[in-house]
Amino acid sequence: MDFFVITCKTKTLKMSELKDLIQDKISKESFSGNGSLKALSQKGLQLFNEQGIPTVKHEEWRYTRISAVLNKDFSYAKGATAVTAKDVEEFRLPGHENANELVFVNGIYHAELSMIRSSADELVIIPLSEAVKGEYKSIVDSNLGHSANYHKDGINALNNAFAYQGLFISIKKNKSVEHPLYCYYINDARSENVLSQPRTLIHVAANAEVKIVEEEVTIGSSDSFINKISEIIVEENAQVHLYKIQNEDSHSSCVKTTHVRQVGVSKVNSVTITLNGGVIRNNLNFILEASGCESNMYGLYCVKGNTHVDNHTIVDNKMPNSLSNELYKGIIDENATAVFNGKIFVRPDAQKTNAYQSNKNILLSDTATINTKPQLEIFADDVKCSHGCTIGRLDEEALFYLRSRGIGEKAAKALLLHAFAIEILEKIELEPIRQYVDQIISERLDFKI
Amino acid sequence: MLSIKNLQARIEEKEILTGINLDIKPGEVHAIMGPNGSGKSTLASVLAGRSDYEVTAGSVEFFGKDLFELSAEDRAREGLFLAFQYPVEIPGVSTTNFVKTAVNEIRKYRGEEPMDAVAFLKLMKERMKLVNIDQALLSRSLNEGFSGGEKKRNEIFQMAMLEPKLAILDETDSGLDIDALRIVAEGVNKLRTKDNATLVITHYQRLLDYIVPDFVHILYKGRIVKTGGKELALELEEKGYDFIKEELGEEVEA
Repeated sequence: MDFFVITCKTKTLKMSELKDLIQDKISKESFSGNGSLKALSQKGLQLFNEQGIPTVKHEEWRYTRISAVLNKDFSYAKGATAVTAKDVEEFRLPGHENANELVFVNGIYHAELSMIRSSADELVIIPLSEAVKGEYKSIVDSNLGHSANYHKDGINALNNAFAYQGLFISIKKNKSVEHPLYCYYINDARSENVLSQPRTLIHVAANAEVKIVEEEVTIGSSDSFINKISEIIVEENAQVHLYKIQNEDSHSSCVKTTHVRQVGVSKVNSVTITLNGGVIRNNLNFILEASGCESNMYGLYCVKGNTHVDNHTIVDNKMPNSLSNELYKGIIDENATAVFNGKIFVRPDAQKTNAYQSNKNILLSDTATINTKPQLEIFADDVKCSHGCTIGRLDEEALFYLRSRGIGEKAAKALLLHAFAIEILEKIELEPIRQYVDQIISERLDFKI
Repeated sequence: MLSIKNLQARIEEKEILTGINLDIKPGEVHAIMGPNGSGKSTLASVLAGRSDYEVTAGSVEFFGKDLFELSAEDRAREGLFLAFQYPVEIPGVSTTNFVKTAVNEIRKYRGEEPMDAVAFLKLMKERMKLVNIDQALLSRSLNEGFSGGEKKRNEIFQMAMLEPKLAILDETDSGLDIDALRIVAEGVNKLRTKDNATLVITHYQRLLDYIVPDFVHILYKGRIVKTGGKELALELEEKGYDFIKEELGEEVEA
């Protein structure tokens, strides 16, 4: 496969070096003919050059300071590293025996470490630079970079600049992919700080069905930052399940943008589980471009230490009769901080839209923080929208009820917290993954039956 | 087993219990009746260890131990049980898991091994019959979406599983139709032994047709103003609470 590999060390993302690096790559002979890809990379580079890393002055980044994390030497996306199959073995997720495993090393798809079980007539995996030339050209041309319409900031632009090393995945028409896609995003931070820019464009054709699980992994103890964009196009009658598991150490941070366009009547479920990490920003966008779409967005963040987790979601209803349902729950302990920002747009044509949003938080310490903000912009008159958020401690009455049955205070709290979390865990329709996450949460909460 | 002496309690600045004296011995059934606001539920809450109330005077001994030295969970582990007037709905916790946790926490307190899954299931099946509750209900989230009758049956089922020495039934008859009332009362009766006792708190006499008390106490303005046998409940039913007020009025005037 023809992937570009770049290596560059900069102090605080020094622009001139980055520019030379990317310019050099995209002006190369092999890159000509990759029209939309080349254009996106160039535009990304230019925009990043203008804007840089967003600071807290940027409205969308008010509570999440990634500039502080990125203010040091990082190696950009060095693809060929010493990551071996044995390393991968360490963090394979339960149920992998039955999964397609896609391994990305420092942002770049690594075919040798990956294990594809599905046949090519249902699952296609090719570099974006190849997809942009062949039968998928029109799909790539009309979808690649669409998320930039919603994120006009330097961090989105930075990933766009690296789009030429991205991956294209297609789930073929009428195919229900039996083997879920497990995607591991590995940063090899054994010898240096790594900033990686994984990029995928996932095309789910009409009547297709797929489940995708994503996990970030850092090897080594240097700093790791993943700036990832996944753009997903969902066609008529397709069904997609997206599960994210985030459980890293404090030296691993990320910005993950998942941008879903439902271009035909279709159903997409997303569950984002955040268990720990450094600074984590998840952008999750659902653009509902057909009538009668269903989008379910669930999230659970169960964080402690100094973890900072920020979930920014957008539901953009463009056509009538769609249903979106959003529930994010948080258990925040110690010095951890959580941010929830849920935007819902209902455009003038999107009559009969049903859009629900709820964010519920439990703070376990006096130093835990939550910033939560719903944003509804409704331009149609016949819609049902609701939003709500709660921030609280455990229900005293429920706690007393449990204690009055002989259950000690600690165990009673664990029982209630687990009960709070389970509503989200039950949305994971992939049993080994659900069990795996439940086990981690139970251990975290010291919950036993 | 339970000895209450001059118990006084308040919530925030409001005095609710103004001096209660009550002795309960093994094998006995006591009923506490009284008009709304007389302090019936407060008494139940104070005994079970709800933290909203402040005990300002008096003492309560439970098998010789100072009840107020024990946390709510330790009171339960010592054998006190409160059937709630309004059982709490807890989404995400099944009744089965909840009861299993409770049984094993109590066993741990007593220095016993946790009950294994097979023994627990056997005990559960046996006790389910007492209150005519089925397993499907118990595998659902605790009390969530349960009818009033199902919630109260679930309370008595928990009581059957935990085998308390003293069960306090706080307005267990409220919100029950006559059939549900009968099932609940029969469950309570089947659990009676010479070693345990029951304290029934109720506004109406009707429950006492099924759970027949040895003693009936009338609570008024935070203290017990009259004690008698089961016939006192009937008298109250017939004459209404006003007759107590009249009696008290006479006392006050005399």
